[in-house]
Amino acid sequence: MEIQQFISHIAEQFDETDPTTISEQTNFKELEDYSSLTALNILSVIDDEYDVNLKGDDIRNSTTILDLFNLVKSKVG
Amino acid sequence: MADYNPFNLLGKTIFITGASSGIGRSTALECSKLGAVLIVTGRNEERLNETLSMLSGIGHQAIVGDLLNSEFRDELVKQLPKLDGFVNNAGINITNTVKFIKTDQLDEILDINVKIPILLTKEILKAGKLNNFASVVFTASIAGVYRTSMGNSMYSAAKAAIHGFMRNAALEMANQKIRVNSVNPGMIDTELVGKGNITDEQYEADRLKYPLKRYGKAQEVSWAIIYLLSDASAWTTGTAMVIDGGITLR
Repeated sequence: MEIQQFISHIAEQFDETDPTTISEQTNFKELEDYSSLTALNILSVIDDEYDVNLKGDDIRNSTTILDLFNLVKSKVG
Repeated sequence: MADYNPFNLLGKTIFITGASSGIGRSTALECSKLGAVLIVTGRNEERLNETLSMLSGIGHQAIVGDLLNSEFRDELVKQLPKLDGFVNNAGINITNTVKFIKTDQLDEILDINVKIPILLTKEILKAGKLNNFASVVFTASIAGVYRTSMGNSMYSAAKAAIHGFMRNAALEMANQKIRVNSVNPGMIDTELVGKGNITDEQYEADRLKYPLKRYGKAQEVSWAIIYLLSDASAWTTGTAMVIDGGITLR
């Protein structure tokens, strides 16, 4: 798993935020255009790209994109 | 006076799909308490037999199988006695946002929630298994017909399709005095409602959006289905009956 690619998958789920401003330290839930739809899209893109099925609680318990990355990495088969 | 009950189902034979859990199981139980003879079907043998064992009265029958299998459906329809009631209840829910919809997810939800109820209705009708004055009830939803929510587009599309089918079937089948209606529940506490993609806080917040401050119980939908199956609704056809704790008021 490559962190840059992961960040770009997550960044693609934000329609307004400039993707170049998003990094592994970004607190993604604080971004202005984060919404319940973004959360669902993040779960879906992670399922699509990494075949990892996260839950809403996993999003709730993550702060930065790096937190999400580490969680997904720990679950990749 | 004590025996007066226009909603009783005495002497009625009623067939229910998806009876191994949730609204289907609850409807079977309640119908049996009101005097109906039930034929129940479902995919899970153990749970379907559990439903069968819970029914009041005698003469009930459980037929295990997958309605997606057309040979099973043929055999099932052949085995069915003449029906006074048919509850098209089996259904699944798959959530995904529009951007991420998969063909296999869409196929599965449309097969189970749309194609099966339509084909089974056709096959039962064609085989002459519905008595005059029979009642067909679909378990639809407020989703798709009255309501939208994030990630629910496939389910909504399926339930909206059933809504359209129900009304058209009601028009055609009125020739034989067969009534066709649906129940359209809001969120019900059943196994189908996984909390998967949402957090406990979101679940609780959603619950509180309902004017009656809770999700529904399967039984509360069953009682509406029973009204539609009973002679109390003899002049009701093509109706979508909302049971939703008031959420569509918002």
